[in-house]
Amino acid sequence: MPPHYFASMNNPVIRKYVSVDKRSVKVNGTDLLLNEQGADFGEFMKQIYHACSISYLKFFKMDPQSKLGFVAAKILLQDDDRDRFEPEEKAIVLANSASSLNTDEKYFESINDIPSPAVFVYTLPNIVAGEICIHHNLKGENTFFIQEEFDIQFMVSYLNILFSTTNTRKAIAGWVEVDLDDNYRAFLMDVEKEGSSEIQGNFTVDFIHQIFKL
Amino acid sequence: MPVYLESENIITSLGFSVEENLKAMGEGISGIRMCNNPALSDQPFPVSLVDKNRLDAALSGFSLPDDSTFGKLVFLSVREALKGSSVDPSDPRTVFILSTTKGNIELMRGKGSNAGNSRLLLWHSAEQIRRYYGNPNKAIVVSNACISGLLAMIAGQRLIKNGDYDHAVIVGADVVSKFIVSGFQSFLSLSTNPCKPFDRDRDGLTLGEGAGTVVLSNRRPDRKTVIELVSGASANDANHISGPSRTGEGLFIALKQALKGIVEDPGFISAHGTATPFNDDMESIALTRAGLAHIPANSLKGFIGHTLGAAGIIESLIGAGCLSENMMLKNMGLQHQGLVNALNTPIENLKQPFLTFVKTASGFGGCNAAALFRKHE
Repeated sequence: MPPHYFASMNNPVIRKYVSVDKRSVKVNGTDLLLNEQGADFGEFMKQIYHACSISYLKFFKMDPQSKLGFVAAKILLQDDDRDRFEPEEKAIVLANSASSLNTDEKYFESINDIPSPAVFVYTLPNIVAGEICIHHNLKGENTFFIQEEFDIQFMVSYLNILFSTTNTRKAIAGWVEVDLDDNYRAFLMDVEKEGSSEIQGNFTVDFIHQIFKL
Repeated sequence: MPVYLESENIITSLGFSVEENLKAMGEGISGIRMCNNPALSDQPFPVSLVDKNRLDAALSGFSLPDDSTFGKLVFLSVREALKGSSVDPSDPRTVFILSTTKGNIELMRGKGSNAGNSRLLLWHSAEQIRRYYGNPNKAIVVSNACISGLLAMIAGQRLIKNGDYDHAVIVGADVVSKFIVSGFQSFLSLSTNPCKPFDRDRDGLTLGEGAGTVVLSNRRPDRKTVIELVSGASANDANHISGPSRTGEGLFIALKQALKGIVEDPGFISAHGTATPFNDDMESIALTRAGLAHIPANSLKGFIGHTLGAAGIIESLIGAGCLSENMMLKNMGLQHQGLVNALNTPIENLKQPFLTFVKTASGFGGCNAAALFRKHE
């Protein structure tokens, strides 16, 4: 591993984090919603949508990965004051292992029939980031990385670079994936450049490892 | 600490090196041809394809980590770029970065037969190439639609400037497959003629395939003229996942951030210029908002089509080559400009001193990127 030098004295903080998997939705490590009936992906997403009083018709047109990222981001930013930062100061940096292969396979199945533009548009991993940007008016830095597993050390390093060398003051960052076996996981953090939250000194590789595993 | 373009290669329909591509483009040659291959499309369509016989000939005798067309393009392009480089690819201070939208998607088969196929995983493709060169660091993969290549270069520059690495071997590649062709056809965004960027009669894009590799380094290359990757930025339109912003919002922000603190006008702009009606209008709006409408701007899509995840790297390297030669390529395919806001889009090559150029890119998901390159002599 190369050494990581941090260019500035920023003290970024994780203000909130959200995890969604087939068992539950957790906010800051605490259960918000349990999938008690073992509902399948589509059904569980609908339950979350209703439980969180989301009203956004475009949600139903999204592919599974975008639905997953969308609900996680919606819960993450529910109480966020949009106007504290300019849209272009808010970045989104996501990663996963399977890119958009789940939807790629669905699109592939349609090629010899009638190829669907509505499916094709989701055959890129960064579309979920685009959906989140549209709904929350994020106009800052955008990057989607593909990694074998969530590379927390890299994510911390890259966000520190954005905070210290770009206009970025807030970043939605994490992991969003629906893989070819329909396994799914979203883990999103709301990270800000300067700490004003009661949670201090939590933007570390070790801490994120802990909360990612929970 | 400046970050330089230390060595490079590109592979397109027009040739297997930057020089070969520059020569063909300089002479006004386009690599776009009509293709009648049912494996790609039921109807004939114009496209820019790499010469596969030449690709195989160039690779004969090698045991390839991946023998797909994508694997071959990545392997050969990296190999050619490293030939001309003094950077040690196995150095722990070197990182490999791959940019692609679809990687080995042509290997995809019916539902149920893909989950075990590691060649479909983009990180796996990147790991293969860095392992081949004995590099000890995890490879980075950027997959962010059509800005992937430029974004990979910006990420590499940032990691070097931050001291994480001294060198980055950045390779971008995408292959024209039925998956991609049918998708753009379903979107009605492929032209039935070679694309006409910025033209009033433009009616869609032309796909291309290829690879580009650049070695970025904080060590100044040992030659008279060197090109620096000065700065870059990305931004989102926050408007629509497939339609370009009507205000050019994301591209305007990316340009503003990439050029922050830069006082002089850029010499020329290597635009995205896909030749879809909406994209080119969007660019004209963003460039006008950024105060750059008077700067000569070109699109290389009329020469080599839209090479997707490789485009940002290939087009940046052509731009860098032009900067070195004090020239700017014409807009191939453009006859009569027709844009919401008028731009300065030359239809003949320009030969004059240029010190800097800006590369831009925009893509699905509302993403945009811009970067500034500067020549040092």
